[in-house]
Order: sequence, then C-alpha cells, then structure tokens
Amino acid sequence: MLNVKNLTVRFPTRFGDFVAIEDVSISVAAGEIHGLVGESGAGKSTLGAAVISLLQTPGYVSAGTIMLGDTDLRALNVHEAHAMRGKRISMIFQDPQTSLNPLMTVEDQLIETIMAHRKVSVREARNSAIELLEEIGIKEASVRIKAWPHQFSGGMRQRVVIALALCTNPELIIADEPTTALDVAVQSQVLDLLRTLADKRKIGFILITHDIGVIARIADRVSVMRSGKVVESGETAQVLGNPHHPYTRALMDAVPPLDHKIDRFKVPLLEGAEKEGSSNADFAEQWLLEGEQRTQKVGLSIENLNVNFAGTRTSLWQKPSVFKALKNINIEVLPGSVLGLVGESGSGKSTLAKVITGLIVPESGQMYLGEKNLPVGSKRSRHHPSRRLIQMVFQDPYSSLNSRHRISTILSEPLWFYGLEKSPNKRRELVLSMLELVGMPSDAIDKYPHQFSGGQRQRIAVARALLARPRFLICDEPTSALDVSIQAEILNLLKDLQSKFGLSILFISHNLSVVRQMADDMVVLRNGVIEESGKTQDLFDAPSAQYTQKLLALTPMMPKAWRS
Amino acid sequence: MKDFIKRSEGLWMFVHSPAVIVSALVAVLIFLGATLAPWIAPTNPYDLASFNLMDGLLPPVWEEGGIAKFSLGTDDQGRDMVSSILYGARLSLLIGLSAMVIATVLGVGLGLAAGFYGGRFDAIVMRIADIQLALPAILTALLIDGVARGILPPDMQQSLRVSVLTLAIALSLWVNFARTARASTFVEMNKEYVHAAIIMGQRPIRIMLVHILPNILGPLLVIMTVDLASAILLEATLSFLGIGLPADSPSLGTLIRIGMQFMLSGEWWILWIPTLFLVALVVSINTLGDFLRDVFNPGLR
Amino acid sequence: MFYFILKRLVQSVFVMLAVAFLAFSLFRFVGDPITQMTGVETSVEDQSRLRQELGLNDPFVLQFSRFTSDMLQGDFGFSFRTRQPVAQMIASRIPATLELGIVALIISLFVGIPAGVYTALRPRGVISQAILMTTLVGVSIPTFVIGIMLIFLFGVQLGWLPTFGRGGTAQIGSWESSFFTLEGWRALILPAITLGVYQLTLTMRLVRAEMMDVMRSDYIRFATARGVPMRRLYFRHALANTMVPVITIIGLQFGGVIAFSIVTESVFQWPGMGLLFLESIRFVDIPVMGVYLVVIAFFFVVVNLIVDLLYVAIDPRLRVKDVS
Repeated sequence: MLNVKNLTVRFPTRFGDFVAIEDVSISVAAGEIHGLVGESGAGKSTLGAAVISLLQTPGYVSAGTIMLGDTDLRALNVHEAHAMRGKRISMIFQDPQTSLNPLMTVEDQLIETIMAHRKVSVREARNSAIELLEEIGIKEASVRIKAWPHQFSGGMRQRVVIALALCTNPELIIADEPTTALDVAVQSQVLDLLRTLADKRKIGFILITHDIGVIARIADRVSVMRSGKVVESGETAQVLGNPHHPYTRALMDAVPPLDHKIDRFKVPLLEGAEKEGSSNADFAEQWLLEGEQRTQKVGLSIENLNVNFAGTRTSLWQKPSVFKALKNINIEVLPGSVLGLVGESGSGKSTLAKVITGLIVPESGQMYLGEKNLPVGSKRSRHHPSRRLIQMVFQDPYSSLNSRHRISTILSEPLWFYGLEKSPNKRRELVLSMLELVGMPSDAIDKYPHQFSGGQRQRIAVARALLARPRFLICDEPTSALDVSIQAEILNLLKDLQSKFGLSILFISHNLSVVRQMADDMVVLRNGVIEESGKTQDLFDAPSAQYTQKLLALTPMMPKAWRS
Repeated sequence: MKDFIKRSEGLWMFVHSPAVIVSALVAVLIFLGATLAPWIAPTNPYDLASFNLMDGLLPPVWEEGGIAKFSLGTDDQGRDMVSSILYGARLSLLIGLSAMVIATVLGVGLGLAAGFYGGRFDAIVMRIADIQLALPAILTALLIDGVARGILPPDMQQSLRVSVLTLAIALSLWVNFARTARASTFVEMNKEYVHAAIIMGQRPIRIMLVHILPNILGPLLVIMTVDLASAILLEATLSFLGIGLPADSPSLGTLIRIGMQFMLSGEWWILWIPTLFLVALVVSINTLGDFLRDVFNPGLR
Repeated sequence: MFYFILKRLVQSVFVMLAVAFLAFSLFRFVGDPITQMTGVETSVEDQSRLRQELGLNDPFVLQFSRFTSDMLQGDFGFSFRTRQPVAQMIASRIPATLELGIVALIISLFVGIPAGVYTALRPRGVISQAILMTTLVGVSIPTFVIGIMLIFLFGVQLGWLPTFGRGGTAQIGSWESSFFTLEGWRALILPAITLGVYQLTLTMRLVRAEMMDVMRSDYIRFATARGVPMRRLYFRHALANTMVPVITIIGLQFGGVIAFSIVTESVFQWPGMGLLFLESIRFVDIPVMGVYLVVIAFFFVVVNLIVDLLYVAIDPRLRVKDVS
C-alpha cells in the first residue's frame, strides 16, 4: 500500500545541507504494523513527517518516491497534499496533552474533522463520533464527548487522539512515539487497541519508537534506522531475535532483559565512547579510596515517613485538600548495596529522593545515615556532613549541568566547596583524572556542556557526584533520557564504580528491566505506598503483590523464544 | 575569521542583516558624538557668553542665507544647532542610560529573589509590581517629578533636575525587568543544576548570582535595549511637556518643544533636525533590540 | 471559579486602597496644604485654627479613613489653584479623554490585530516585511513627534484639519460629545490617530508573536495532519488560542491609552483629563494630582477585572477542573 523508495531529505543550514535521511526505502501493507526503531537522531520522525509532507521548514525531499497505492505523493501540489491528509494518511504524536486544542470540546474537534472529509450533517457526524469513541473504549461516549480535553486522563486523552485520527478512515496512520508518555498499564491497552485496529479495519501503521519491547509486542515487520539510513528490515521475530547487521546486534545486546540478570552489558565501542579505566584514572581512583571514611560502607534507613503537600484553594468555604504524597514509608538500603525503587509517574519516588536530600520537609518520620540521625531539610545545617556524603545523579542530562559554566568549573565546585582540596592546581589534576575514570576524554575539561551528548553529560554528572567523595549515591532515573546503547554504557559505569568504591546506591527508575540489572534489593512504590519489597530476584520470580504482578505482565518485552 | 563568524550564530546573523549593521553604526555614531560633545562641538550652548542674538534664526548651510560656521543653522537665541544637538543627545543618553542601569539592577535583583524564594517575598514583590502597573510609566514619572517639586526647596530644584528625572524614569521601568527576571528564574528553578546547588548547601546569594543569573541574561538583554529606548523616549516626552529639562540645558526633547514654536513660521530646522536625531537614535536602538530578540529566540524567525 | 473571581475582587480592592493611600500621603506630606491654600497674609493663629477645623491635627488613621469615605461619596476636595471642587473639574474633562481614548483604541485594535495575524501567517512576504519595518519605526517615534508631524502635514501644509482644540461639540445631558458633529470628528481624527499609532504597533507585534507561537504548537500540527481545512485552522484554532494572552495586553493598553492621552492632549491642546493633570503638576496642585491618580487606578482596576472575567469566559480550563 505504502511504498517508499530511495527517499532522501535535506535540511539547509548555514553550514551547508544536512542530510537527515538518505536513500531510505520501506513498504507497509494494509493491516500491517510496521515498526520504525532507532536511537535519537536516526531520522525516524523525519521519515514519518516526510510521508505526510509535514516536514519542519526548511526541510525538503531531495530524491526518491513516495507511492500510496497508485498516487505519487511527491507529485501533488500544496492543496492536493493537504486534501490527502486525514483522508488517506493521518498522524498521531507523542504527547496527548498538547495534541488537543484546549479551547474546543472533544465533540467540536471530532465533528469538524469528520465534516472536513465527508458530506454529512452535523447530527450524523456527531453520531459517527460517538460510535467511534465507544469502539475505542470510552464509556458513556454520548456524555463524555461534550467534555474538554483537560477533563480526560492521559490514557483517555490518547484514545481521543486516536479517535480523531481514525474518524476519517485513513489507509495509513503514522504513530510517532504514541505510548512513550503513558504508564505501563495504559500503554498496554493502547498498544492492544492499535493492534485491533490494524486487524479489523486493515489500516497500515508506521509505529515510530525507541522502545524495543513495544516493537516486539505488536509490530509485524520492523526497520532499524541509524544516522538517517535503514540498516536492516524484515519480520520482527527475525530482526530482533536473530539480527544480521552488526548495529542491530549491538543494539539488541544493549537492551536490558527483564527475565534474568546479567553481569555487564555487552557494549562494543560505539562511536564516542572512550575506553574506561586508563592509567590516568589511577590518581582519582586512589583519591576516592583514601580519606577519613576509608571505604567504610554506609547504609540509609527511613522509618515511618509521611509527606504531605498543601493543595490550592479553590473554594471559599472549603479548606484546600491535603495531598498525601508518601504514606508511612519504611526503607532500608544496606551498606554497600543497591536498592532499586520502582514506581510509575506520580508514585512519589522523586519526592522520596527530595526528602532524603533535604529539598522537601516531611510531615513526620525519621531518617538515618549510617548510625547517625539524618535531620530533615529545614533542620539540616549548610555544613552538615550528609551534604557531602549523599550525592545525587539526576535524570535530565540537559538541565543538570549549568550550561553557562565550563566543565572545569562544574567539577571543581564540590572540591573547593567541601574543602576537599585547597590548591587549584591539585584540583585541576584531580578533575582531569576523574574525567578519565568515568570514560571522558581529558580535553573535555575546558569545554561547555552543550558541546557534549546526553550520555557524555551524564558521565560528567557522575564525575561531579564522585568528586564529593560520597558514600551514598541517589540515582534518580539516570538513564531514562538516554538511548538504549548509551544507557548500557552508563549502567556498566555505575556498576563498576559501585563495586570498586563500595558505594551504597538508591536507584530510582520506572523501568523494570533496568532495575533488575542494577539492584540487589527492590521496593515497589505506588501512590505513595509501598506495595512490596524484598530481594530483586524474589520479586521478579514470584511477586506477591497484585500490582507488581500486573507491572511485570504488562511490560512489553521480547519473547525468549525469539532469541536463538 | 570566517569560521569564527560562522560558529557564533549571533555574529553570523549580524553580518548578514544590513539593517542591523546600519542601526549599530548609527547608534555608535550618535553615542560617540554625544560622549565627546564637550570636545568636538563647535560651541558650548550652555555658556551664555558664547552665542549672540544677532546670529539668531540662521538656516542650515545649504539654504539661502546659511553660513558654514553654523552648518545646521541656529535657533532664536543664536545657539548653534550642531552643538545643541550634540549636547542635547548627551543629556538624553546620560539620563536614558543611567535610568536603564538603575532599573536593571533594581528589577533584576528583585525579580531573581522573588523567583528564588517564592512564597511571601514573591507575593509582596508582585503586589508592588501590580500596583505600579496600575499606573503607566509616564504617570509614575510625572508623579515622582511632581512630588520632588513639592518636597525639594526651590534652589536645589534646578541642580537636581537630572537626578530626579533619572530616578523617576528608572522607577517606572523596573517592573518590566522584575517580571521577566522572575519568570525566567522560575523556569531555571525547575532545572536540576539548581537543585544540585541547593542540595550541596550553597548560599542563596551565590546560587542566584553565580548559577541562575548567567542563564537568564538572554531575555534580559533584549529588555535592556527596549527599555533604553523607552527611557530615552520617556525623558524626551517629559522634556517636551515642559517638565523635563529646561531650555538652558536642553535635551533633545526640550529642543523639539522649543522648535515647535517655529513650525508655522518657516524656520523648519529648529524643529525637524532635533526630531530626526531623536528618531534615528531610538529606531537604531529598537532595531538592535529586535535583532537581539531574534538571536535569542530561534523559533520566531 | 467563583472563588477565583472573589480573589480577584479582593486583590482589586487592595490595589485601590494602596493607591488611595499613596494619594493621601501626597496630600499630607508634600508641602503644607494650609500655606498653599491661604497665602502669606493669614496670621499664624488663623492658620492653626484652619488646621484644627480641617481636621489636620487628627491621628493619621482617622484622617485616612475620612479621606477614603469622602472619596467614596464623591467628595474629592478642592483644588489649590482654582479653588473649585476637584470632582467637578475632573468630571467636566472626562468625556473628552474618554472619547479620544475609545476611538484610539478602536483604531489600534481594528488595524493592529489583522495586521498581526497577516504577518504571522505570511512571515516572509513583501507586505509583511514592509509592515514590520513600519511598525519598528512606529514604536520608535515618540507620540508627540507623530502628533507634530500630523499637525504639520494635515493642519499646516494641507490645511484640511484643525490643529488644536475640540472644535464643535454637542451636549448630551451633562456629557459634552464630539461624536455627533462633523466638526467634532474633524478635530478628533488627528489626535486619535496619534494616540492610536503607538498602541497599534504594540498590538500588532504582540499578536504576531503569539500567533507564530501558536502556529508551532502540537495541536495545530495534529489538526493539519487530520486534514482540517486551512482557513478553519487559522481562525477557529490559531486565532482563538492567540486571543487568550492577547486579551490581557489589550486590557493594559486601554489603560495606556488613558495615560498617553496626556501627551496627545498636550500637543493638540485637547481639553481632557491629561491636560488638567499636566497643569496640576506645573502648579503643584496636589489635590488634583492625587485624585487623578485614584481615578486612573480605578480605570485600570476595572478594566483588569473585566479582562479576568473574559478569561474565565473563554478558557474552559479556568471554569472546569483539570483531571490530570
């Protein structure tokens, strides 16, 4: 049905043309879900946009053909191309919140779309819309249709988005990361929905995603993209289970498995990674191993922690309702071990990290670092030892480093702030050595953060944490913003550092497979309450809480049978 | 050199926009002329002895009756237009720049603190800003001027004219800075490098000045240029209304007021030449401001 | 929603009180009202007797509350300069300023908004570039210069329109209006354009910036992907969403128009509130200054309240709770 041949898309910049995708060919049959997978910058979104001719200016198609059935999409003029949209091809985006016009009711948006393509009356359009919503799984559609977008929850909103894309009966739907912003359970439902639509209505899908598990779950065929080219293409089971191309193989090696634990990820040196542990790193290594604490391992325990947030006042006679973010939390991180904290968005995991570091003051509860009491944020003095002993690696590599400071400034800060090294020369030596220890080239020291990729920035963030000579590390979703292969490198780095220096780590993530690989013990958090806790192995093999079981069942992953 | 220009996006855009280059040149020329006025102006218009009623109302050199000594003509008192304009621009720029600097320091300081601390301090600052916003800039300036007039003893009024004007204008402009700085600070407060600094235990002053401030400079720079233009316009307006600088130490606005008397009688140069200079100055500053806005906001191009 | 409105009302009252306080402080502390009113000949005993009669020796709070209650009843005191009741002076000038302001605002909105929309949708066209250039200059030319230029062109050189004053006016009850006579309109046009030009350029730039922002949003992209007709996209989707932030600014603009009328009235000798205020500054006529302050603040506060109510009417997110 869709046949793309030798497509090339260019973006003119002041440095010359940037080739976003080159010589790309894919085909999608009716009723087929074709996965388009690759890391960031591979060109997957560009390909999707090119097919529906919604390339961001100044991009343009410089070569190749796009055939939809018998129609040559490149030969259409502006008006014909626009008439094609909705009628034969449609597209849905990642964030359902911003995809809907906040000032129009769902009903209005559906009706206008339907009437744009079919000559029907308003009443008929409304009836079609209601039927469609029911089919998609929105109950009481005739009432709900009159609501505004912000009155729907995230998963429901994405269904509305899908309904809007469907109501014109297109032959092809391009879905650009449709479930990335959704919770595991909701994601599972939406994926099932897409599969049903493909089967029943024979709609072709291009499913763009970076999540291999999603591809494994519903895609019939898959194309793997890298740096603007398709490196491999074929049946999903074959490409994922028995890849031919070395890149695909390396990619699959980097995916953390859900069902068993591996020691280290097999990561061949993909471009940009440096060999870790070169001799220059010894200086830093020794420096980390000395010091007053002398590799004494330190644990963290939390008892009966409660955190409340004041609500906003919305009525004159009612007091604002209090939101209980964390209820009666008890957690123990054994010295020198890794505790994984798993939870979906809104579960309270970030709140917990903020309480430990003192950013949020709890309602009640005790915290202990080692044997000593850890005071809450408001009572913690600026020079309290815990400020150095507990360090944090943040989630977003693009905002965790001050983009106006040089790396040397950023990394020297903990050294002089905590009084660890008074001489500027020694500090610079230490910083250089630490950079090598985390696998960064030493010439990075005089550069600015924006000159580095996400993975490199995260390494710098780890170096910054280490330069405080901590005993306890909080890693808050440290790899969630990174590509799969980079994630594997960073996780390897964290594993090595943890074992070498005896750090205790609280590892927070929503990704079960990652936690499986990293944590010795595990805690499952939901809506501020601990659902289950115990040794990681036990929780995965035989989960006792219903919530944990559901999470495990619904996380999309590649069936073991595919791996040869 | 070419490579360096290419790499810096701002510089590249600058070199490729003729309008902006011209504006920058005009602004620099006027600025230089104004600063160096005491040295390069042919006469000193404030010195009562230097001009002569007999030289009054002479047209510019290219018209009939004009002489080379007074290339742009003279006003009714015999003062040389070139000198008047140079000194006038000097005063306009002096007041405009000082007011802008005061407004910046005050506004950014308060805005940063409001964004950082939030809570009650923020609420108070915003209330004050709200109240001040209920009175437009020109009103605030006029009021402060009026109050000063009422409070200060008459003999000090003349010498403090410039300071009062500068203060009045600065106090009407600070709100803009405060709101932008506060909004930008709120955005930065959500970024993790700020959390890292807070967790470390760094002092708030250090976090605000060393960490946050460098990151919010972009939009502030745009406002600085816009407000400089506003300050100059405000001063010109006040002088035009007769409340700003008086005729014996005139700014460009005062010159225009004086010139208006001659609009109907044919001595066009007394009115239109100062006007031209004022407009040229403000247009070039605004063009630069627009340019800066484009540099910092790639989406709007 | 009801709570939101209530909160805004309380804030407005607070602002008014603060402004009243400012005005009152002006009265009390800037100069001595007694000496201003009586001149040099009055004896010291008479002065202190006057002081006692006028209640100037009473505690601060008492004086302030008397001041506010007087104001609420419409008693604004007497002008130092003319000895007339300030209320009367201001009331007689309000129609002139208000009519000028309304026409200027209409000009700025009816030209500015379409221009802003056009330049946002066709950013690279020749017409757009021309419009942008013109607005840049428009923002840079001080209002009084525009006034002077218009007077020069239409009044002096061409002689088509009068150069000062209100011309002929019609009396509707106690309201002296320019709207009903040709003479009135001829006198109104130039000042209105002068006043409107600056606001026009501001509006245009704002609408343009907001609209360009909206056009890049995800829901526009999605609507395009669904094949919604272009025209409907521009107006029903883009323009409607652009209006939400623009409304606040338009509200502020109305206040700006009233304030900038000072300059325009000065250039055209238009007998409005602005001119009155100017004279009061020159003569340090504190009562008039103070009352003008309060009246202007009142205008602003009322306009802002209306804007807030409009917000609630337009944006459903303010009416119904967000579920996420």
